[in-house]
Amino acid sequence: MKQFISFFTVGTVFGIIMTKSEAVSWFRIHEMFRFESFHMYGIIGTAVVLGAIIIALMKRFKVKTWRDTFVGYMPMQLHIPRHLLAGSIFGLGWALMGACPGPMFVLLGQGFGIMALVILGGTLGTYTYGVVKDKLPH
Amino acid sequence: MIAFVIFASSIVDLIRQPWHWSISGVAIAAILFLMTWMGRSFGVSTAFRNFCTMAGAGKRHSFFDIDLKDENWRLAFVLGAVLGGFIAVYFLGSPEAVAISESTLTHLKEDFGMAYPQGDGFLPTDFFNFTSPKGIILSIIGGFLVGFGARYGRGCTSGHAITGLSHLQLPSLITVIGFFIGGLLMTWVIMPLIF
Repeated sequence: MKQFISFFTVGTVFGIIMTKSEAVSWFRIHEMFRFESFHMYGIIGTAVVLGAIIIALMKRFKVKTWRDTFVGYMPMQLHIPRHLLAGSIFGLGWALMGACPGPMFVLLGQGFGIMALVILGGTLGTYTYGVVKDKLPH
Repeated sequence: MIAFVIFASSIVDLIRQPWHWSISGVAIAAILFLMTWMGRSFGVSTAFRNFCTMAGAGKRHSFFDIDLKDENWRLAFVLGAVLGGFIAVYFLGSPEAVAISESTLTHLKEDFGMAYPQGDGFLPTDFFNFTSPKGIILSIIGGFLVGFGARYGRGCTSGHAITGLSHLQLPSLITVIGFFIGGLLMTWVIMPLIF
């Protein structure tokens, strides 16, 4: 229960941040892919540079997480064609809807009911992947 | 007490203003820190996989045969994100619509015949709404591509562009390059044909 409330709270703050940052705006994403504003690049760039510093420090000082583990990342096997293909499929949807998974939920909360359809589509896409995954190059 | 109320309301007024990108970037890094400290990897798209499991897909395909108890935190996060969107828009909304660039405005108007702003500038509701068959179909297709691509690539923007890159993972960097290949193709080639 403590875990549920904690993550719910962080999720709420995330929803507020994503809205105020305008990263959930379809128009901002469209503008980003047209290279007509620095806004989104500034957000992602700042987050990644700072994130890399934070993660490096957490590893350096062996910070214990709530689950009594050390900070790490489950490594993924490098398979360039797969990463590019999978990423491109994702990118097609991201640019069309102007929303990646996080923002879909934030926009639903903002009152855009149509996002329920997008989330349904995302679930169907995930299900389809689960069904056909053995036939795809990995 | 009065001082506190004045202080609190001025904080709210400050939050209501549109945020500079650097503030937003710092705030997202703070979310990454919190999630990591709380022992979980910041990733949203796996929630779709959980929905499949909830719908009973685990009985048919082992890919969805996962213990949802271990995923409680993610569902809590996603539910929180919905509430956060609601709070942000109804209590902390900016006085003006999202200020996108002049050149994007011109392009939307001339190439897509799209008026701006629509609402607060978060979604082109003239296009994506329940009365537009095209908007409905594209919403499902767009969601489908995101869901399929995210699982195939094992992560979305939060998992790869934020978390993976912060962990200096090469697979994440290549996946993000893929995001842009697909995104540029959609924005510059496909959208002008369908909008």
